[in-house]
Amino acid sequence: MFHRESGVFKTTYSADMALYPLPIAKWTMIALAVIFVLIIPMMVHEYYLSILNLIFIAIVGALGLNILVGYTGQISIGHGAFMSVGAYTAANLAVKLGLPFWLTLPAGGLMAALIGVVVGMPSLRIKGLYLAIATLAGQLIIEWTINRVPAISGGAQASIEVDRPSLFGFAFNTQGSLYFFLLFFAVIAIVATLNLVRSRIGRAFVAVRDQDIAAEIIGINIYRYKLLAFAISSFYAGVCGVLYTYYFGIANYEQFQLVVSIDYLAMIIIGGLGSVLGSIFGAIFVTLLPIVIRILMENVGGLFFSAAEMANVLSGLRLGVFGALIIFFLIVEPEGLNRLWRNIRSYFRVWPFSY
Amino acid sequence: MTRFGKGWLGLAATTATLALGAGQAFAQKELVFGLQCDRTGPTANVGTVLCPGYQDYIALVNSKGGVEGFKIKVLEIDNEYKVPPAMEAHERFKKEGAVLEGIYGTPQTAALNKKLEEDKILGTSPGFGTSSAADGKRYPYSFPIAASYWSQAGAAVAFAKEKLGDLKGKKIAYVYYDNPAGKEGLPIIEDLAKSEGFEVRTFAVPAPGLEMGAQILDITGRFKPDFIITHLFGRAPSVSIKELKGKGFPLSKVVAFVWGSSEADIIAAGGMGVAEGYNTIQFAGVGKDFPVIKEIEAMYKAQGKAAPKEMDSTVLYNRGVLIAALHVEAVRNAIKAKGGGTPTSEEVKKGMESVKGFTLGGLVPPMEITPADHEGGGWVQIWTVKGGKLVKTKDWFQGNRPVILKHLAAEAAKS
Repeated sequence: MFHRESGVFKTTYSADMALYPLPIAKWTMIALAVIFVLIIPMMVHEYYLSILNLIFIAIVGALGLNILVGYTGQISIGHGAFMSVGAYTAANLAVKLGLPFWLTLPAGGLMAALIGVVVGMPSLRIKGLYLAIATLAGQLIIEWTINRVPAISGGAQASIEVDRPSLFGFAFNTQGSLYFFLLFFAVIAIVATLNLVRSRIGRAFVAVRDQDIAAEIIGINIYRYKLLAFAISSFYAGVCGVLYTYYFGIANYEQFQLVVSIDYLAMIIIGGLGSVLGSIFGAIFVTLLPIVIRILMENVGGLFFSAAEMANVLSGLRLGVFGALIIFFLIVEPEGLNRLWRNIRSYFRVWPFSY
Repeated sequence: MTRFGKGWLGLAATTATLALGAGQAFAQKELVFGLQCDRTGPTANVGTVLCPGYQDYIALVNSKGGVEGFKIKVLEIDNEYKVPPAMEAHERFKKEGAVLEGIYGTPQTAALNKKLEEDKILGTSPGFGTSSAADGKRYPYSFPIAASYWSQAGAAVAFAKEKLGDLKGKKIAYVYYDNPAGKEGLPIIEDLAKSEGFEVRTFAVPAPGLEMGAQILDITGRFKPDFIITHLFGRAPSVSIKELKGKGFPLSKVVAFVWGSSEADIIAAGGMGVAEGYNTIQFAGVGKDFPVIKEIEAMYKAQGKAAPKEMDSTVLYNRGVLIAALHVEAVRNAIKAKGGGTPTSEEVKKGMESVKGFTLGGLVPPMEITPADHEGGGWVQIWTVKGGKLVKTKDWFQGNRPVILKHLAAEAAKS
């Protein structure tokens, strides 16, 4: 949020927990809603909408992973596999039973949550790196299963084509209409997460993360909450997978391989562990940065290279710049972009009287 | 809430830079081609050679005045073999007004199939992608324009039959990379096993396929096949050659699908000398003995530069040239049909569907792309390692075409 009062004036807990810390924040929110619902879709070219669409999907996935890794402190390298569970559940339901998206979407999420709980079982006994490896095993087992079981994957290509989502006869089949489709779910995911983390469950998650023995002593059932974290996180992942499926019109397990899990981990680490805004920053950063670097270099690079040479240089250089920027941001602020943003904000909080 | 701020910043930056780029265009009649590539991802060993081949051919066409007066601008985007960047690349191509696009990668092709149809831009997926995409009626804007995995499987079995005389009672091993693309050839081989009466056993090589010792031992020591068909990617083909050689299996009884058949794969296995007899399936001509390759060399010479080193990897380089040449040919047909006017992407699609009798001095097969057959007939050649280089052992042929057509018809009936 943009607004802060110049000091701490809160006197009650409920004021401290409020979603809108100041009345003006509500107006900012309305302004943002107008920008995103009216102005952007009307003013911006379809190409940029397609980038925003990818960002929206990434936000849903990143939020889910952040609930598990950032808030509850359970490392997971199986996020991509949970997405594929959601994707294939929805695709199968949509194709075999002809169900509409508003049924397949939660179904995909629930199935992913179920599988997520199973994969999360080891978290009851192990922590940290060991859990990372256990979830890695989950990733590989799920990948293998989908690849090898035709009943799930729908044949040798392991891909199931689905129709575009439609509501009351209106099909979301352009980037412009998919924009609203995806924006809707991204907003729901953001609001749900914001509310989740300030609820009893969210606080229990944080307690488990900070010191699980202490959490258990103050009466938090850590087994329950760890599995709940896996379930909720996998639900988000499943929904993210369903959104990918509808966005591309196909469920294909190669879209959800190990490298995707790593990408999402990168998002939340760059954005900031344990913060909603951080997940959003991370999703934007990881999706947008390669594109921005490429477009910049296409224009600047023309001064130094011919078109054919540039193609050769560009791809390598882009990866290099991308990696260097990630390192740069993490050195400047190890706690991620979210912390960077908070630092900037608190600097201006009492500006120009910073002393 | 700065995600919005950040988003806007990014958008502003991209808009500004794009505007800059757009200013330089429109100086001449120009057509934009989109090309997706993988120069940095898991299949970079292919992309780093194939894409320069594409770029060089387009540069050659432009240096000779373009196609029917139109210069070609190639917009190349590296998708790193990831799916979301492929979608972004497609939207970018669309924005820049691309009349066609070259896709790269099987999952990327699958993810874009629907979008291509909605946007009415044709996409080519030579030698990869879904085999059923050859059916132009079902996938109007998907163009495999080269032998699909099904056609390659049909050709591989036909070649085995030629080598072994009769396949009845023979044993064939199908060694494949354990992903959807790897499994693709299986239905054809299994079908042929029934009709030809041979036994087939499959061996899935898990990614990345760098350790196959036990598996190859299982094949050569226990199954003892009469013939081996391999379908591997990345570094796995080299490993398979090395292991088969090490276990003493005659490489002349091995045939590899198109992505296990480049010079680099063979050299990485220990050199051409080691792989004597290794058979490869090719969908483009191999070697430098083509007029078009000579012309590209001459073009570099005229510019006072040495020919790029990618040219020496002729298998993949020539495939890049083939893709570019077919793209150009499609556009040429479209411009001619319109009497010199700027063709739309739909007209270019019609142009691609009328590519016929275009062989580029033998580099391109005698294919005929029609509205119903976007594969162009599924022609392949077999090249064999002999005396330190790849030698053509079988000219353009269509292996077991009736079986492939039967499967295409069955797929079409399913949808």
